[in-house]
Amino acid sequence: MDLRYTPAEERFRSELGDWLSAAVPGLPAKPAADDWAGRRAYDTAWQRRLFDAGYAGIDWPREYGGRGASPTEHLIFLEECARAGAPYVGVNFVGLLHAGPTLMAAASDRQRRAHLPRILRGDEVWCQGFSEPEAGSDLAAVTTRAVRDGADYVVTGQKMWTSFAIVADFCELLVRTDPTAAKHRGLSWLILPMDTPGIEIRPLRTVLGSSEFSQLFLDGVRIPVANLVGAENDGWQVTMLTLSFERGTAWVDQIVDSIEMLRELAALNRAAGNAPDIRSELGHLAAEFDALWALTKRSVSEAARTGIPGGSASVLKLRYTEARQRLMDLAARILGPASLSRDDVGGLPSRRFVEERINSLSYTIAAGSSQIQRNIIGERILGLPRER
Amino acid sequence: MDFLPTDDQQALQAAIRGLLERRLPLDRLDAGFDPGLWRELATTGVFQLRQPADSGGLGLGMAEAVLVFEELGRACVPGPLVASHLAAGHSPGPVTLLDPASRPWIVSHLECSVGLLILDDAGPRLASVATVRAAALPAPLDPLSPVHEIVDLPLGDLLGGAELSERWRREAATLTAALQVGLASRMTDLAVGYAGQRQQFGRVIGSFQAVKHICADMLVRVELARAALHAAAVALDEPDHPGQRRAVAGAKLLADEAANCNGRACVQVHGGMGFTWEVPVHFFLKRAWLHATEHGDAAEHAAALGDLL
Repeated sequence: MDLRYTPAEERFRSELGDWLSAAVPGLPAKPAADDWAGRRAYDTAWQRRLFDAGYAGIDWPREYGGRGASPTEHLIFLEECARAGAPYVGVNFVGLLHAGPTLMAAASDRQRRAHLPRILRGDEVWCQGFSEPEAGSDLAAVTTRAVRDGADYVVTGQKMWTSFAIVADFCELLVRTDPTAAKHRGLSWLILPMDTPGIEIRPLRTVLGSSEFSQLFLDGVRIPVANLVGAENDGWQVTMLTLSFERGTAWVDQIVDSIEMLRELAALNRAAGNAPDIRSELGHLAAEFDALWALTKRSVSEAARTGIPGGSASVLKLRYTEARQRLMDLAARILGPASLSRDDVGGLPSRRFVEERINSLSYTIAAGSSQIQRNIIGERILGLPRER
Repeated sequence: MDFLPTDDQQALQAAIRGLLERRLPLDRLDAGFDPGLWRELATTGVFQLRQPADSGGLGLGMAEAVLVFEELGRACVPGPLVASHLAAGHSPGPVTLLDPASRPWIVSHLECSVGLLILDDAGPRLASVATVRAAALPAPLDPLSPVHEIVDLPLGDLLGGAELSERWRREAATLTAALQVGLASRMTDLAVGYAGQRQQFGRVIGSFQAVKHICADMLVRVELARAALHAAAVALDEPDHPGQRRAVAGAKLLADEAANCNGRACVQVHGGMGFTWEVPVHFFLKRAWLHATEHGDAAEHAAALGDLL
């Protein structure tokens, strides 16, 4: 039980810190939320700089162009990037965190060669086509149909919550290839080039007022059978693999950011008369986020020992997302009437906190809602029987 | 960095768990303080754990101590565990503890102790129990932890300076947090066990999401508090670690919260049976309420953490 870093890990941290302190301050201003061309250019340019400096795909194996770093070095990388205020993955999210690892684990050599180097360099952007209007928490209920026609699948259906669809080159698409099989057994995972005819993208306006997601309408879209990843009708297994890569270290950036926010909010509260109830609630949240940070390190230690992040992913997700929402409500209390403005006002940093207060509504829903996480903990960790 | 317990640490924890499962099963819990069990715990090194090897101790650290104390909490062992561990280099027998800043002056387990450890700001003092004037309180909250109100504080022998008091306060809060994590974890197991066998409406109640989610939240509280506890323990094992106060306060706060909330949840999952004396859940919850008052309650630690930001 040891939280100290080895000299080699400290060396890695300080080299990275040096590089970040040279690279980050010169970055241009972040593009606006709805400036998708600008966002793609910004995020992929940063990815290219990481690539050129040898920091792209930090946790990817060397054979696929990554750095092959240990889970602990990966954690240090995420921590230092957050502290330096470096851009997070942005539009590269699906490629780097979902599609890339899935291709490594389940795709053919040809598919890997075609995509992995381009994802790593920031040349290729991916989006996710999993959820549907009638398949949210019950993801295996997808009805988008793929019918074999010669060397192609002909795909028709509708996808929801497709992040980055507007700027993506490829989509990881979950389709039903066998409607007669049991619902988890008739699915397949396809690579869909986004310039294929028959795709209509309708931006979905969120509570932020911007279009973080899209709906995807697929009408007779022809996808080569060669774009199948894994076996036909084995898409559920491939998808579970895809989603497993999201766990464990997914919240490092925001946990580090939350601990920093607590300091900032404590200073604001002191300046406003140091209300003791707010000070205590800040202290309470400090305990939560410190513990979440410790739990992240436990999860990383498990990954380092066993190769898998272990059972803490659902625990982390559930508790982090709720703590983050509490933090934003507390920030609004401290801001007072300034929380009515999504831009800074009265010398107070409203913009950052108010935007995040709205955005954080999605955290307890996306990537497995809090209720689904509790089912996972209750059934897979505690061994309680399924309902019905 | 490797934040998981080592093989040796796991073996130590498993040995204590094995001993306590044999010696203190649920149906013998209500017997209260057991001098025989206490001697066995002393023999296995529970109290001498962190004393130097050349004076008969095991020479281990807080990392090992919290794993052992989680097990003591898990088994609901009655007795002045924390003070006896802290004062192990000064007293061979059980020692109970008073923080004179906390009023009224109520101590538990005075009758089975040979010494009273007084955690004064100026330095810890150890007094013989024979010199303590105290009145037994007839109706203790925790039936397994008799309490006395101290009428007059003896002087006792000074064991060290203000620094030692400060260090022992941090260690005491952390070890108490470990007892709380153990209690919270055991109550999770009791609730899950009951929810997995009790049937209503023709099915096991643990299959209902309304019950399952209560149990899931219990596990989440334990995991979070345990991570905070282990982080505090390793911080205390580094003498000049700058984050000790913050880590200790966070651990005690989350452990108190886990023990109290899990105790209430455990009673709730047991339904009407949870309100009976016969079902032992109440022993665990009452012990959690006792520990919650010791070495700073959750509100004090939250305020202290707020000041540290």
